Amino acid sequence: MIKNNIVYMLNNISKIYEGRDVLSINQLSIQKGEIFCLVGPSGAGKSTLLRLLNFLEAPDQGEIKFLDQVYSQSKQPSLDIKRKVTTVFQRPALMTSSVVKNIAYPLKIRGEEVDYDQIDQLLIKLGLEDLKDQRADKLSGGEAQRVSLARALIFKPEVLLLDEPTSNLDPANIKIIEDIIIDYIKTNKTTIVMVTHNLFQAKRLADRVGLLHDGSFIEVKEKEGFFNNPEQELTKDYLAGRLIC
Amino acid sequence: MDLLIEGLQEAISLLITFDPRVINIILTSLQVTGTALFFAALIGIPLGAFLGLSDFPGKSIIEAVLYTGMGFPPVAIGLLVFITFSSAGPFGFLNWLFTTRAMIIAQIIISFPLVAGFTMTAVNSVDSNLLLQLKALGATKRQVVLAILKESRLGVLVSVIAGFGAIISEVGAVMMVGGNIERSTRVLTTAIVLETRKGNFGLAISFGIILLTITFVVNFCMSILPGRGGRND
Repeated sequence: MIKNNIVYMLNNISKIYEGRDVLSINQLSIQKGEIFCLVGPSGAGKSTLLRLLNFLEAPDQGEIKFLDQVYSQSKQPSLDIKRKVTTVFQRPALMTSSVVKNIAYPLKIRGEEVDYDQIDQLLIKLGLEDLKDQRADKLSGGEAQRVSLARALIFKPEVLLLDEPTSNLDPANIKIIEDIIIDYIKTNKTTIVMVTHNLFQAKRLADRVGLLHDGSFIEVKEKEGFFNNPEQELTKDYLAGRLIC
Repeated sequence: MDLLIEGLQEAISLLITFDPRVINIILTSLQVTGTALFFAALIGIPLGAFLGLSDFPGKSIIEAVLYTGMGFPPVAIGLLVFITFSSAGPFGFLNWLFTTRAMIIAQIIISFPLVAGFTMTAVNSVDSNLLLQLKALGATKRQVVLAILKESRLGVLVSVIAGFGAIISEVGAVMMVGGNIERSTRVLTTAIVLETRKGNFGLAISFGIILLTITFVVNFCMSILPGRGGRND
């Protein structure tokens, strides 16, 4: 891939919680329009990395180059830059208002006009058209996660971060969400970084996969290479379903 | 029982005849309590939201002070305001003692810790994931605070109702700093005390019934406010 297609470039990033180094990344680049899947055992630092990529937290050391601008502990991006990225979390956190109001929220806070036809189209794609006026906090887990995804997609972010978005969902809901991710990325060239414990999901969706362990990347490769020809013993163990520690 | 029935009859009679003394006392009560509650909410809701949403060194001390304020004896606050606005006090030059202004100050001090404390609890009870999600969606700090307050609106409403309840029924502080002056600083609670001391039980009971009715009506109106619903309604 060509260099000017790089959305993120992380250099010597470290994040420390309560004296413990939870993230230590020498270098990582994420390309525009790719689906980069982050896999690894619980506590590996995957969610921490997503928070750094969404600028919800700053790294203690190192730099994050995002859209050709360098950010660090001492230099955080402006609100306009932060608003190019969003996250869909594992557990959907919706407001107690209607489904439509939840989806319109990111547009309203940006001072943009709400295009209700666009929202309707998105609701149809996500199979939520009959629930548009229902209170969002009364939805099932699968419905709520679809609303959460719609709310993230409505403002067309440049980067979509997904933190185990389907981990608590049934196969039908997983398929709806995966389909819309694939469809959306084709249309909008959005960059997606997705945390998943489901290796089959990573195989289905990813362009590249990175194994994170103890806060560091063990191996980052194109999907085929990662799954068919892993180089590191830890990757082989992880893919074989063996506990790595 | 007869005394209560007489009191009820007298209350109805005083109200339907628009007895000027009673109307004046009711209006003074509503003016003092309404103004105090407005300022208590103006200070207490943002303070409660700030404390509920932020984390900083010394926060637990501020919380402890706030909780102490929630249980502070109104008469002690009355004494504090009395001294502050007495001729020897730092604000004696304002000549606010024995005016409704001093009563309002005392009632603000009584009610704002309740408003702030209950608001803080309400804000704290909102799903912490929502806070992170709003930030991730690009909300500014102000937009996050407004959204969280909206989510915790039932709790915020309870905080205002608690503040209202504490001051509409309060007697010690307003008696001390207001002086219970007829057509000036006499409110329903101080009128009840006065009429009871004078042996006018019927009138005292009628004031009590009026006070209860006002409290019920105000609370009822607040509880049916549109959009008050929270996660549990």
